[in-house]
Amino acid sequence: MMNLLRLIGGRTASAPVARERLQILLAHERGLRGQPELLGLLRAEILAVVSRHVVLDPEKVIVRMERGKHVSTLEVDIEVPTASKDRSRRLPHDC
Amino acid sequence: MAKVLVVTSGKGGVGKTTSTAALGAGLAQMGEKVVVVDFDVGLRNLDLVMGAERRVVFDLINVVQGVAKLSQALIRDKRLENLWLLPASQTRDKDALTDEGVGRIIADLRTKFDWILCDSPAGIERGATLAMRYADEAVIVTNPEVSSVRDSDRIIGMLDSKTVKAERGERVEKHVLITRYDSARAARGEMLSIEDILEILATPLLGIIPESQDVLRASNVGSPVTLNNAASAPARAYVDAVRRLMGETVTMMVPVERKGLMNRLLGRRAA
Repeated sequence: MMNLLRLIGGRTASAPVARERLQILLAHERGLRGQPELLGLLRAEILAVVSRHVVLDPEKVIVRMERGKHVSTLEVDIEVPTASKDRSRRLPHDC
Repeated sequence: MAKVLVVTSGKGGVGKTTSTAALGAGLAQMGEKVVVVDFDVGLRNLDLVMGAERRVVFDLINVVQGVAKLSQALIRDKRLENLWLLPASQTRDKDALTDEGVGRIIADLRTKFDWILCDSPAGIERGATLAMRYADEAVIVTNPEVSSVRDSDRIIGMLDSKTVKAERGERVEKHVLITRYDSARAARGEMLSIEDILEILATPLLGIIPESQDVLRASNVGSPVTLNNAASAPARAYVDAVRRLMGETVTMMVPVERKGLMNRLLGRRAA
């Protein structure tokens, strides 16, 4: 039947896709409400902890959240400067 | 008892101003004393849709700042004697609108009108939060499209947390108004269905306004669609929505265009 419809219509129904995407997204966004700055907060705290031990460029710290239907992942990407560069820029209390 | 109703959506361009004008005129036609208030400071358009753009002298901000009296800023509709407009300012200073100032004006309007319809600006910033701040009821205008539904969900969350009613532990009565609906496309599975939207938003339905050329035609001439062509499909849908706001039980249906014989024979839409 679907194939027949596809032949006549030339394309499949996209509304079910829209509906499913919205349901997943909104379930997640409603969970985040009330703590809207979660990612910003995580980023700031991770940055503070790591920079106590390593000199970092704050611009090179990326915190990203991926939403899945069953599992969400938190990805933290921190670029650490190479050792040679690092030595010259070490903080006093690290020496 | 006066009712303050905010027409809101989050997303822009979904039909907030059109709906405010149509619902306001519809309520006034039922004999209610109505004021429509434009909260879109800097980008006012309700005056244009209502056909009163050349009669604006003072505006909402002038009243908030005490430059003008409320009675000086209110514009009476030329077609309906119990319909009034309080226009927004064209100046860009959005900060001129304060929570306290808006509260004062709304309290004043409550003593003079049966319905106060607040046309919210798009977005979730200050203008939108102030428009909903003192609301008793909310109409959330939603298009059958993913980004509009997502923004409506966000606005519903704000209505439940950032309004005076919510802070008092009471509830703002919320209604979803679906606009630009195309039954044929929904039936083909190309557009979110009414059931999909209501299930996702978990909010009662006020009405379904079909996609129609009559809406543009009405705004072109500066007339609420309910006044411009009362027999048109969107006008009938808005009147049904008004009756539901008034507490009547009206069977939910999507009005269809009444096509002329020639158009029907040629299978084209009314131009």
